[in-house]
Amino acid sequence: MIEIMKIISTYAIPVFIFVVLGYGYIKGVNVYDSFIEGAKEGLTTAFRVLPYMVAMFVAIGIFRSSGAMDVLITVIAPVTNLLGIPPSILPLAIIRPMSGIASTSMLAEMFRLYGPDSYIGRVASTMMGSTETVFYTISVYYGSIGVKKTRHTVWAALLADLAGLIASIVVCNMVFDK
Amino acid sequence: MVNVIWIILILIGLIVSVFNGRLEAVTQSALDNAKYAVELCFSLIGIYALWLGLMRVAQESGMVSRIAEKARRVLRFIFPDVPLRHPAIGAVAMNIIANMLGLGNAATPLGIKAIKELQKLNPQKDRATNAMCMFLAINTSSVQLIPSTVVALRSAAGSSNPTEIIGTAFIATICSTTAAIISARILQRYY
Repeated sequence: MIEIMKIISTYAIPVFIFVVLGYGYIKGVNVYDSFIEGAKEGLTTAFRVLPYMVAMFVAIGIFRSSGAMDVLITVIAPVTNLLGIPPSILPLAIIRPMSGIASTSMLAEMFRLYGPDSYIGRVASTMMGSTETVFYTISVYYGSIGVKKTRHTVWAALLADLAGLIASIVVCNMVFDK
Repeated sequence: MVNVIWIILILIGLIVSVFNGRLEAVTQSALDNAKYAVELCFSLIGIYALWLGLMRVAQESGMVSRIAEKARRVLRFIFPDVPLRHPAIGAVAMNIIANMLGLGNAATPLGIKAIKELQKLNPQKDRATNAMCMFLAINTSSVQLIPSTVVALRSAAGSSNPTEIIGTAFIATICSTTAAIISARILQRYY
């Protein structure tokens, strides 16, 4: 199991590049030109998220350096320890379904604080990679067709995020050193 | 919602800092983090360019529709209320495959198309159908096979092995999507 995960981690990107470019070439796509067209978007994407990143980074920085984050973590620690969740992960887990930009900024800020290769950094990475924003997506989709009674959509989506959080912790405990 | 999160973080932070006597630290970290956010965005440009370049090739080659065609049979079991030949299944498949490949920009319009097709099968237009709830639960559970943003952020933060979490995230993604399908199936009886 651990071996399989390591193989996936090592091969995923090279295999992905091979398949995408190979398939594109066989289908007669001018792969180089097409790649360049897409790559141009990299620049605009990075600049587009810049103001959002600044706003969220500053807010998270204020929250953490004021000591408010420590207070929050101390308050939730008894509960999270009981469940085996590292308390410093929980703020990220709570904010994840609410906002993509806030959770992305918080992840980057946690990398800065704990390091991306720390236990916290790895669990946070795994969790971010296996969960999604919920509320915004649901409101955009249902808003586009005028559905008001959304029934169990939000609950099912939040249960999925919770499962992603728990699975991330269990899997990281198996694969990485604490 | 972002609005609320943002203002809460800042206001609570400022109030707590007064009690803790940490106003200077707060000022320092606000300035520091503003600067770091810009540095981070700059260091992301290269990886974004690489990834979005690949995404463009994947899109132009018709890879998504090819895989989506194969995925229809599997989706039949997850969406039993939708006829196999109905365009809704095709649109749902396209959206899910685009999300799996991480084609965020392409996935959203495909998803809107999918939910509009599902709405055509809906007898009660203001109430979500089982298929819609299932579709959105899967969509918001994350199905992305390679979490490219996380890998990019790890690399920008100087990780010695940015891709080491792809395997763990893959397993956790399978768990979250399975949970989405199961909970949507169970909850639909009670709502």
